[in-house]
Amino acid sequence: MFVVTPAYAQSNPTEGTNSETGAPGGETHGGGSFPPFDSSTYASQLLWLAITFGLFYLFMSRVIVPRIGGILEHRRDRIAQDLDEANRLKEEADEAIAAYEQELADARKKASAIADTARDKAKSAAEAERTKTEAELSAKMAEAEKSIAAIKQKALAEVDTIAEETATDVVKHLLGGSVTKAEVAAAIRAASGK
Amino acid sequence: MANDPIHQFQITRLVPIEIGGLDLSFTNSSLFMVATVAAAAGFLFLTTANRGLIPSRLQSVSEMSYEFVASMLRDGAGSQGMRFFPMVFSLFMFVLVANLIGMFPYFFTVTSHLIVTFALSMLVVGTVVVYGFWKHGLHFLNLFVPSGVPGILMPLVVMIEVISFLSRPISLSVRLFANMLAGHITLKVFAGFVVSLGGMGALGIGGAILPLAMTVALTGLEFLVAFLQAYVFAVLTCMYLNDALHPGH
Repeated sequence: MFVVTPAYAQSNPTEGTNSETGAPGGETHGGGSFPPFDSSTYASQLLWLAITFGLFYLFMSRVIVPRIGGILEHRRDRIAQDLDEANRLKEEADEAIAAYEQELADARKKASAIADTARDKAKSAAEAERTKTEAELSAKMAEAEKSIAAIKQKALAEVDTIAEETATDVVKHLLGGSVTKAEVAAAIRAASGK
Repeated sequence: MANDPIHQFQITRLVPIEIGGLDLSFTNSSLFMVATVAAAAGFLFLTTANRGLIPSRLQSVSEMSYEFVASMLRDGAGSQGMRFFPMVFSLFMFVLVANLIGMFPYFFTVTSHLIVTFALSMLVVGTVVVYGFWKHGLHFLNLFVPSGVPGILMPLVVMIEVISFLSRPISLSVRLFANMLAGHITLKVFAGFVVSLGGMGALGIGGAILPLAMTVALTGLEFLVAFLQAYVFAVLTCMYLNDALHPGH
């Protein structure tokens, strides 16, 4: 289109009597005609469009597009990086939780082991104490039984003497006579079947 | 003259420059091209100056426009099309900002001139043709030969394809130009009704409410059109660039 413009523009001097506009005596730039179809302004518009749009394009492609592209790229990278970081941290947290659980289970096992041994120890100690006490008690009981037997023996032995004396007294009072100790003892022995 | 709906498209010389019989004056159109470029470039430059990892609101706007065009181009022309990203992005931003600046009262709309839109669309089609031949050589002409067409129909189909290809720059430029022109004329006409009815006493002021409401509604519509036309221009650019990248349908 840049090739055709000079042809249009050359109609510039004949602006007023331009056959296209058909309106003679334009007071301003191509006055009278419909402005968008006024070819006398084309050269200027094209030139300034080329200058302004060209500079705009250069500015966009050199500065703005790389800059915004960079911003967006940077943001995307940053988000991806942050997501990775978050994933990493989550894994770490999971690991920590697993380790904690493991530790807790270990501790629990250990605690129950300690409790078991303590219980066993206490049980065996109690058992030992019990057997010891029992032994002591039975020893004491045997001793007591022994002394009871001795006392009984002694008592039984004395029964004869008491019986002799009592019988002697009884005979003396009832019969008025006296009996010898030997006779009474023999009588008692005979009475008691000994 | 203030009521003339065409007056707003008038080009006036601000700094007359004439080289070799060519009128290359710095005009109001040129001024608004400079303003468009300065506004677009300034906005994109300043809002992204902090390179914030967490974008501010304005930085988000710049990033959104970037990603909007980037996804448009990726969808339209594939990832290979991203080499044209600076061009498509520049075109989109230039057309969008030019359209939006034109919405200010008393401001000139750069894109309401056919020669400007035609130049932009020729830039697109020129890029397609040059890149297509450079990349694919004569295979680029496969673009005009769709596969799976019976031999008898081939000349007809090829002719249709060629005509449709040639009409692209025209449709692309006329669409944008006509939308901006018609929208601004309509706005001006309805706004003119408000003024002329308002000058006719109490009854006129009452009657002026309708065109006033219409003007407000049309202003909203025109903002939509301003964005939509920039979008359509960029989308079609992406589709045409797709032909340059993958000519064999």
